Amino acid sequence: MSYVKCLKSKESGAEYPIEPRTVCDIGFSPVEVAYDYAAMQGKVTRASIEAGPLSLWRYKDLLPIEGEPKAGLHSGWTPLIKADRLAAELGVKELYIKDDSANYPSFSYKDRVVSIAITKAIEFGFDTVGCASTGNLAHSVAAHCAAAGLKTFVMVPHDLEEGKMVGMTVFGPQVVRIQGNYDDVNRLCSQIADKYNWAIVNVNLHPFYTEGAKTYGFEIAEQMGWKLPQHTVVPVAGGTILPKIYKGYKEFIELGLVDDNNPTIHGAQAQGCNPIVTAIEEGEEIFRPQKPKTIAKSIAIGNPADGYYVIKDILKSGGWAASATDPEIIDAIKLLARTEGIFTEPAGGTTLACAIKLINSGRIPKDESICICITGNGLKTLEVMQNQFTTAPVINAKIKEFDEVIVKGNITASTVSA
Amino acid sequence: MSTTTLIPVAIPTALRAQVDGQSELQVSGETVKAILESINQQYPELGKRLFKTEGELNRFINIYVNDEDIRFMDNLDTTLKPSDEVAIVPAIAGG
Repeated sequence: MSYVKCLKSKESGAEYPIEPRTVCDIGFSPVEVAYDYAAMQGKVTRASIEAGPLSLWRYKDLLPIEGEPKAGLHSGWTPLIKADRLAAELGVKELYIKDDSANYPSFSYKDRVVSIAITKAIEFGFDTVGCASTGNLAHSVAAHCAAAGLKTFVMVPHDLEEGKMVGMTVFGPQVVRIQGNYDDVNRLCSQIADKYNWAIVNVNLHPFYTEGAKTYGFEIAEQMGWKLPQHTVVPVAGGTILPKIYKGYKEFIELGLVDDNNPTIHGAQAQGCNPIVTAIEEGEEIFRPQKPKTIAKSIAIGNPADGYYVIKDILKSGGWAASATDPEIIDAIKLLARTEGIFTEPAGGTTLACAIKLINSGRIPKDESICICITGNGLKTLEVMQNQFTTAPVINAKIKEFDEVIVKGNITASTVSA
Repeated sequence: MSTTTLIPVAIPTALRAQVDGQSELQVSGETVKAILESINQQYPELGKRLFKTEGELNRFINIYVNDEDIRFMDNLDTTLKPSDEVAIVPAIAGG
């Protein structure tokens, strides 16, 4: 059985049946899935969740599907890493990395939201699924739709990284590249959704899609041993994941699955696209849109649709926000790779770089637990790491030449005793 | 420009019930504000949804002139030429 009650406007409180729906008719505000938490008491427990599959579907009772999952059966349940080497480098006591660069099947957090959206698209009887994307979402939609046998239309900015283009195109969707930035793509997609009877995951399936992002927060809590980190640092693009991680934490608190430690949520953006950080620093509850200019293309959204709620939740939780320059993003990508063996895309570099700033400014105390949300994979954005490393030496297969590499490189190497 | 010149204003599905099902209105006005006020007079039910308070747009609605968000121009004071096209588009998420 499902605990879903209805769709409910986040502003007017108007209720709607479970149907494809973009916004509330009254004021255009987003609608969100409402659940019957009272009915879950005593039934949705640590034990009931632990008995579920090792995927995001172990949280099925807290997700808006009616029957069995129909997509993304292996998505989610990504590693939560206790990042002791990085913690030592940053001088903090307890640090975790939630690593969705290892998500299945498309190596980003988007596999969570898309698993729910495609299941709903099938439940609603759509045969064509689309999205507006900065790359990762299109990659995930194309992969899930191929596996489900659905027709796919994805709309992306014209200048995406090659890894992302190949990564989505291989699954056979119709890809349309749009002149302009993501916000132009988004506007067009909203108009496309008005005209064609398709399931557009981030338009008319948005209320269901976004619920999938809660599983990122659920997993952090469960994998920490059923407790919440004191601080969670989350990248902000369109504004889906940050409020949903917070919602996930609050649902676990409501159900008594974790203690309420008043978890604090912080936002991370690239300096070249930081409307949310700017609004928070200036004390504004409404952000001003920006024209993005950053290497962190996956989070280059200058007009974040859910930005209003990001600002609200960050401040309500007692958190803050920071932004990182392109060189700081690259440095953070290298730091995470060097200390924890994780290769993330620029969005992940942004999140780590911003976490460092929040730690150094005292917004995040060094003796409190911290979780950094890594949402994407560096192998999709190899271009940004070009010219970052010295070229590896090429030698003939001769031990003498190898010895020269050791000597020239001033490398400390112990030898086998003669 | 003459106030008799009509500017096309695209209406999204979610708002068409308030304008008798039309997908586009033809409205005269020299600025975005004048256009929206004129719409408000003719279709007060739509007007209620477009504005949060008098003079302040509902934050969940974006207005575009020739595909550019008016917040990158002069916002509600953005002036219009006879060949301009206005679109009302709900904000949507993604990434």
